[in-house]
Amino acid sequence: MLEHAYFIPFYPLIAFLVIIFFTRWKEKLSAGIAISMILLAFVHSVFVLIAMLGRHGHPLELSMPFIEHPALKLELGMWIDGLTAVMLMVVTIVSACVHIYSLGYMHNDPRWSRYFSYLCLFTFSMLGLVIANNFFMIFIFWELVGLTSYLLIGFWFEKKSASDAGKKAFITTRIGDLGFIVGLLILTFYVGTLNYQEVFAKVQSGAISGGLLAAAGIFIFCGAVGKSAQFPLHVWLPDAMEGPTPVSALIHAATMVAAGVYLVARGMTLFAGSATASMVIASIGLITSFMAATIALTQNDIKRVLAYSTVSQLGYMIMALGLYGVDLAHGHHTAGYVAGTFHLMTHAFFKALLFLGAGSVIHAVHTNDINFMGGLSRKMKTTTITFFIASLSIAGIFPLSGFWSKDEIVASTTGHPFFMVVTLLIAFMTAFYMFRLCFLTFTGEPRDKERFDHAHESPKTMTGPLTVLAFLAIFAGWVGLPWLHHGFSSFVYHDVVHHAGPNYVLMIVSTIVAVSGIGLAYAVYYKKAISADALADRFKLLYKISFNKWYIDEIYDAVIIKPLLGFTKVLWWFDANIIDGLVNLMGWLTVKWADLKMWFDKYIIDGIVNGLGYICMAGSWAVKFMQSGSLQFYALMVMAAAIGIMLYRVTSIGFYFYLIGLVIVALLSVLVKMTRSDRVDAEPNIEG
Amino acid sequence: MEQQILTLVTFFPVIGVALLLLVPRERADTIKAVSLIVSFVTFLFSLLMYVMFDPVANGMQFEINIPWIAAFGIHYHLGIDGISLLLIMLTTILSVIAILSSWTAIKTGVKGYYISMLLLETGMLGVFVSLDLFLFYVFWEAMLVPMYFLIGVWGGPRRIYAAIKFVLFTMFGSLLMLVALLYLFFLYHGYAGEYSFDLLKIYEMPIPLGAQTYMFLAFALAFAIKVPVWPFHTWLPDAHVEAPTAGSVILAGVLLKMGTYGFLRVCLPVFPEATIQFVPLISILALIGIVYGALVAMVQRDVKSLVAFSSVSHLGFVMLGMMALNVQGMEGSVIQMINHGISTGALFLIVGMIYERRHTRLIADFGGLAKSMPVFSTFFMIVALSSIGLPLTNGFVGEFLILLGTFKANSTYAIIAASGVILAACYMLWMLQRVIFGKLTKPENEKLVDLNIRERLVLIPLIVLIFWIGIYPKPFFIRMEPAVKAILSMVHKVDRADVERKEGIHVAQPTCVGTTCTISGGGAGCGK
Repeated sequence: MLEHAYFIPFYPLIAFLVIIFFTRWKEKLSAGIAISMILLAFVHSVFVLIAMLGRHGHPLELSMPFIEHPALKLELGMWIDGLTAVMLMVVTIVSACVHIYSLGYMHNDPRWSRYFSYLCLFTFSMLGLVIANNFFMIFIFWELVGLTSYLLIGFWFEKKSASDAGKKAFITTRIGDLGFIVGLLILTFYVGTLNYQEVFAKVQSGAISGGLLAAAGIFIFCGAVGKSAQFPLHVWLPDAMEGPTPVSALIHAATMVAAGVYLVARGMTLFAGSATASMVIASIGLITSFMAATIALTQNDIKRVLAYSTVSQLGYMIMALGLYGVDLAHGHHTAGYVAGTFHLMTHAFFKALLFLGAGSVIHAVHTNDINFMGGLSRKMKTTTITFFIASLSIAGIFPLSGFWSKDEIVASTTGHPFFMVVTLLIAFMTAFYMFRLCFLTFTGEPRDKERFDHAHESPKTMTGPLTVLAFLAIFAGWVGLPWLHHGFSSFVYHDVVHHAGPNYVLMIVSTIVAVSGIGLAYAVYYKKAISADALADRFKLLYKISFNKWYIDEIYDAVIIKPLLGFTKVLWWFDANIIDGLVNLMGWLTVKWADLKMWFDKYIIDGIVNGLGYICMAGSWAVKFMQSGSLQFYALMVMAAAIGIMLYRVTSIGFYFYLIGLVIVALLSVLVKMTRSDRVDAEPNIEG
Repeated sequence: MEQQILTLVTFFPVIGVALLLLVPRERADTIKAVSLIVSFVTFLFSLLMYVMFDPVANGMQFEINIPWIAAFGIHYHLGIDGISLLLIMLTTILSVIAILSSWTAIKTGVKGYYISMLLLETGMLGVFVSLDLFLFYVFWEAMLVPMYFLIGVWGGPRRIYAAIKFVLFTMFGSLLMLVALLYLFFLYHGYAGEYSFDLLKIYEMPIPLGAQTYMFLAFALAFAIKVPVWPFHTWLPDAHVEAPTAGSVILAGVLLKMGTYGFLRVCLPVFPEATIQFVPLISILALIGIVYGALVAMVQRDVKSLVAFSSVSHLGFVMLGMMALNVQGMEGSVIQMINHGISTGALFLIVGMIYERRHTRLIADFGGLAKSMPVFSTFFMIVALSSIGLPLTNGFVGEFLILLGTFKANSTYAIIAASGVILAACYMLWMLQRVIFGKLTKPENEKLVDLNIRERLVLIPLIVLIFWIGIYPKPFFIRMEPAVKAILSMVHKVDRADVERKEGIHVAQPTCVGTTCTISGGGAGCGK
């Protein structure tokens, strides 16, 4: 089974193809095919996990060529190690839960088949991403999960906000992918391969310069920033909540958004090759985590609180991995790698549970706004209990999953005091906003009587998955108990097994932090000992910043989107008027040039021809008067000629006399013409 | 058969024209059937040629060389390599599809229309098979005539303006090309003592750099207008918007490729030093085209002109990859030529289908079509995604290789070009959102009928190709590789075998921008 692990992604792909081509019209059947194929993938993943446990995490690689060049080998292949096996489990479990849950949640949607086919396509892409053995293949599936995310966010495409959100998600993550591509280009060009192990071997052999490693690392990390919704590209994730809630649970909480974390973990050797790149990663993680936590404090949309919580937790993981890279670059093995990947797994379960629980609530009250909820614990037992379990888990309460993994995260900041303080602060805020959500939703008096009256517990198809996930939210973390010597840390490890062992001080500190966060929420929202409004008034500026999400969307809109759109308009004007104007001007000039030539032809060339004719005619017209038939005139002419010749012979100026004579004769003839106009019968008739 | 196959493929459509002339013009159905069959048989012949083609052999295949006007050394010299092979396949496929797509769209002057289509096919195929520059020129110009009629007679409201602009703009370039061609002709006489237009012979002639520069510019201008390289692109949106659907498909799918093909076949190998000298200029124009085309596409209100501007952007990628002057870039460039033909052709078909139903192409007139026309919307989406280069579709393979090749030559160019990929996502997805998503607000859109069998048949082959190239591009790369290497060996003046090793050496040095500075300083030459 292990050797055929590459087949795992194909189960959902088969389901997708079958639904699209054959069973699209039979909705129940489509859903059945989808679910059974996911379950098959899950079973196969279990076998892979068992086989890997048997091999003590010894990796396995298989590959086939995709595009072959002498200088470039792009391949499709699989790389199975402990991390892959764990991720396969996470993806198939959450996907299976979400599929089943959707049976209830989407039960009267007109596009059921389409919905399930998209879910299958997503699962295929996500599984492909997980088992990839090289950066090229992970990139392909990376883009495919982005596509399915786009399709599913905009699944209710009639809503403008949904299709807007889908577009925003796709484009924002693509901005990160731009960096990813550049990183791939750097690797291909300077390392000559994209295969993980070959790249890592080159990195470890020191064949690549530090600057280059940093550049490659940071560029590839850009992809993770986009996909895992890290600052400054986090803006798409909260909007992505426009999609159906099960989709949010699967894609935007448990799996796809974790792909960025997975990428960082997968490429750890590369990132750890440069302390700079690792520090960038850790800082981005910390900033994101802090910022998202502060925003989550004040949001009123149940899904958005969870979305910001997701962003914050992903930042946690990224920070832990980054710190591990920093430490490793300085030659120490620390807990960060295990912490990041461990939290990736536990978070997937409890966050999926939170989203599905929120979905169950939304299904009951038909609103996302917690101002219209309250007191729902009386109507929805299972949902309430499971939601509280998940909240305790994420807050980090002993002995739930979240406690163990969050503890590791805090442990990974050892040696970086600033990181540790902020991490604990985030843990406090996490506990607070989660329980604010819990108390406002499930306890107290219902704030919207009508909605409350119509509320009811969700059907079994929905509560079933909630129960399964609640079980995992409690126990999944136990595989990584610090006392276990062959637990998570010896199965999923980087480079060499690093086992940190229990750190009781940290455990106690983080428990105190979590409990005080919960306590504050209890005091404010359950006991109402402290007024929430008064608190908001007191810290008005901070409250406003938090409530308006640090104004980041507004800033992007003003700084990037509006100017860009304006610029496109300017360019369009430029194109239509300047460039095309020049072309048309050329045409116009040609026409004018032709006109000019025509004028020249008509008036100058033709004018010369006609002018010559005119001169001839005018000349002959003038001369004809000499032959007037008047004898005196002839005699005068003879006389004049004789005098002229004489003068010509004796003086040097004779010629001129002769000429003057001729002129006089011409004038005389005109005179004659004037006096005898009745004899003139032909006027020169020259057309102008 | 070996010798005659090219003649057969090229001139078979003319036989169809002869047949059509015999059919009375009232018998529209017969005319359509005859032209469809003729174009399909042409496609079958080209398929036969594809099968007979030896994918790994070097040099030209199916060559035929007989004197035509012997006194001037003009020969009927045909032959193809892998690049022309793929473009011929594209042409024959798109011709069948274009004819099938005009079935109901063209109602007047049916006979003249289909005759023009078939003549156009011969003209295009002729350009791709010619190895004699005179012949090349004849086909190049001959092709303009049917296209002129297609736009000018069967086009939209501003068809006359568009047709004249198209023809004059193209002619302007090709006349300069003619001058350079004659110069080359006499230069060859001075070199070899005989008159010849034979391209393969001209390849072997060394030309002084000064002369190369002028001739390169003349040829490049003709080709650049056809591509179109920014800023010679303004005839394109007009021609596309006014042309009938099939005309747009052929125009975008094949005619634009004549320009890029001309660069590959004539400019690069004949004027290698000049090419290297002009690499920065053309690369920068290509980059401007990529970004500019995408930005301007974003504000278009007419779907067709949006697609037209996206062509400017995509062809910028093709030129950029070619100008990388290395194997990856050039192979990416060739595959992107095919991709653009497929994806943009399909986009124009889709726009045509919706235009036939609604008689409008304004984005604002649509919305919510996914509800009334689900199959249409699915096809639209797949094609749009392939156009923005999503992995597993054809666009990704081409763009990735082009970026890779460009990165090798100049990392800054590659990074700028990659931003075009994002802009492409912006305008395509925005357009998709406004056309197929959202509520059905317009009552006219509610009762639209989904695609019929004929329309599906028109699109399905293209969709298959989109995924085929995206998932298994190997057959295409195998066939083009010897041809690409041959061109590169002529450009870099090295043996074919050395192309891999020597490539990139002449290319402009990477400039330093931020972090990339360390890259270019880091390990130049460790690409192997």
